[in-house]
Amino acid sequence: MLKLEKISKVYRTGTFGGKLLPAVVDVSFNVGDGEVVSLIGESGSGKSTIGKMILGLITITSGKIVFNGIDVSTLKKGTLKNYYRDVQGVFQDPFSCYNPIFKADRIFRIIKEEFFPNVKNPEWDSKIDSSLRDVGLNPDQVLNKFPHQLSGGQLQRFLIARALLLDIQFLVADEIISMLDASTRVDVLNLLADLKSRGLSILFITHDLSLGYYISEKAIILYRGCVAEMGSTVKIYHNPIHPYTKMLMASVPRLDKKWEEVEVELKAEHFELVRGCLYYDRCPIANKDGGCDRNRPPLIEVEPNHFVACSRCRKE
Amino acid sequence: MSLKVENLKAYYQTLYGDVKALDGATFTIKDGEIMGLAGESGCGKTTLGHSLIYLTPPMRFVEGSVELDDEELPVWDMKKMNTFRFKKISIIPQYAMNAMNPTRKIGKMTSELLESRRISFKTTLPELKRRLDLVELTHDVLNMYPIELSGGMKQRMVMVISTLLNPSLLIADEITSALDVSTQKAVAEMLIEFRDRKFVKSMIVITHDISILYQTADSIMIMYAGKLAEKASTGIIIHSPRHPYTKLLISSLPKIGVRYSEKKLSGIPGNTPLLLNPPTGCRFRDRCPVAFGKCVEEPPFIEIEKDHFVACWKEFGKNA
Repeated sequence: MLKLEKISKVYRTGTFGGKLLPAVVDVSFNVGDGEVVSLIGESGSGKSTIGKMILGLITITSGKIVFNGIDVSTLKKGTLKNYYRDVQGVFQDPFSCYNPIFKADRIFRIIKEEFFPNVKNPEWDSKIDSSLRDVGLNPDQVLNKFPHQLSGGQLQRFLIARALLLDIQFLVADEIISMLDASTRVDVLNLLADLKSRGLSILFITHDLSLGYYISEKAIILYRGCVAEMGSTVKIYHNPIHPYTKMLMASVPRLDKKWEEVEVELKAEHFELVRGCLYYDRCPIANKDGGCDRNRPPLIEVEPNHFVACSRCRKE
Repeated sequence: MSLKVENLKAYYQTLYGDVKALDGATFTIKDGEIMGLAGESGCGKTTLGHSLIYLTPPMRFVEGSVELDDEELPVWDMKKMNTFRFKKISIIPQYAMNAMNPTRKIGKMTSELLESRRISFKTTLPELKRRLDLVELTHDVLNMYPIELSGGMKQRMVMVISTLLNPSLLIADEITSALDVSTQKAVAEMLIEFRDRKFVKSMIVITHDISILYQTADSIMIMYAGKLAEKASTGIIIHSPRHPYTKLLISSLPKIGVRYSEKKLSGIPGNTPLLLNPPTGCRFRDRCPVAFGKCVEEPPFIEIEKDHFVACWKEFGKNA
């Protein structure tokens, strides 16, 4: 359904944009119909940048995003609107997505004005009703309220309901549950899983590995804009191979086990265009003679449907 | 006993009446104990933290007493508390890492902070540098502006500043929630190290992330809608909780190794009650799967086993 081909994004930073900051480097993957793909990484790993590029909110420096056979970056006004009928995003902070002066259901009205000007009002109201029920909200309780009268979980579900009104095929869910409480978090997760069984494809962006494992079949671990490991979720979780994935897995706070003694390297992040492996300066198994500092390791299939970018792991 | 809180109540004043965000908290923290404080948003955990150190309007002190190291804290008096703040009791507020003065270099800011407490920056400097080494920050950070530091570095810097005068009690409010998993782990381990090195005697760690508490805290206290629900040692809260709210909360956490297709987790149905006019009796009654007739009365917070406090009528019956 959605295919990313070697996409890269370089931001210009510094006072006059003189410095270059590569945020995403040559990332390729695809998302099939009704598939949930988790994009996992620390802050600054470029995961949100990828989501924004898919949504066309920022330009792509190089590479191609193809959605159902159409190159997304070539879309102009009218065709772009058609694209948004199929692809929508929901973001981390539900509070900042609403205008506090207007009632929260204004987001539905905008959808109607923009995409369905010919639909009659009663018909539209029943459509809103059913999509709110789909996300587990009671329309009588939540309609006609201001954003501050609703909880974060309710607002977040409002945004998902808004995306559902359009009958979308692809949803970019950028950290949508990290702002929610433990008790409502699971409800939103289950909602996503229900949507998936109805054929919706989801790109689930998160930094929490346990959430990614709960919902997705395929996971992509990003480190500083590069794919470190990717493949079937089960394989990555039970057999992490890249040292970065191993470190991430070990630092997840869990309830069944105390933290293992794993060195967490704390180093100031510096973004330079390095030629070698990006993880080189934090890697516990890096080898100078092996060329870790000179050659960027390619993604290699270590077992079926499990790719790793590490030159040290290949020999095992 | 390092900290002893008895029947502490703090309400928020609004135009519509008092919001009972903290309604009668009674608990103790031992020397060297790290107590986790968990609950949903809006359950009053931050209010509890703030009421111990910085009780400003619209928050209003109603009743209760707080004792720290056998000395009564005048929490209702902003001025008198000044002698205790930072020296005896210290707080890392939520989003503290973004609250550093952006126009001051970090060293300058620290020295101003110390001098406002009439402590010489020069004599404290060697200790400050020693602690920077401990949290793996270079001494150069003192000559940097906050914008030059990453989130994890800022959080560690704030921890060093807050604990510089070896307070008896440190209140850490959501210090790990904005960080990555790997940085989270490092910060949480630093909390334990600070306790082990006796920089702080005891801590209250406020967070909504129970799995972090399992890794760091000695005991966990669960709050619900302004009331204490359960307090016990970490192992008991995680593995054999007694209060129905704690049970539901623990079971709704996604764990590594649980997949949607194999085991569907469930959330807690319903919403937290509004605290403006809270329902009488047990506040969890409406969402509780085991509620019965007795629950219209308010359950007391009782020690049912050693160091295990619960506020639930169902549980009292079992032991009686």
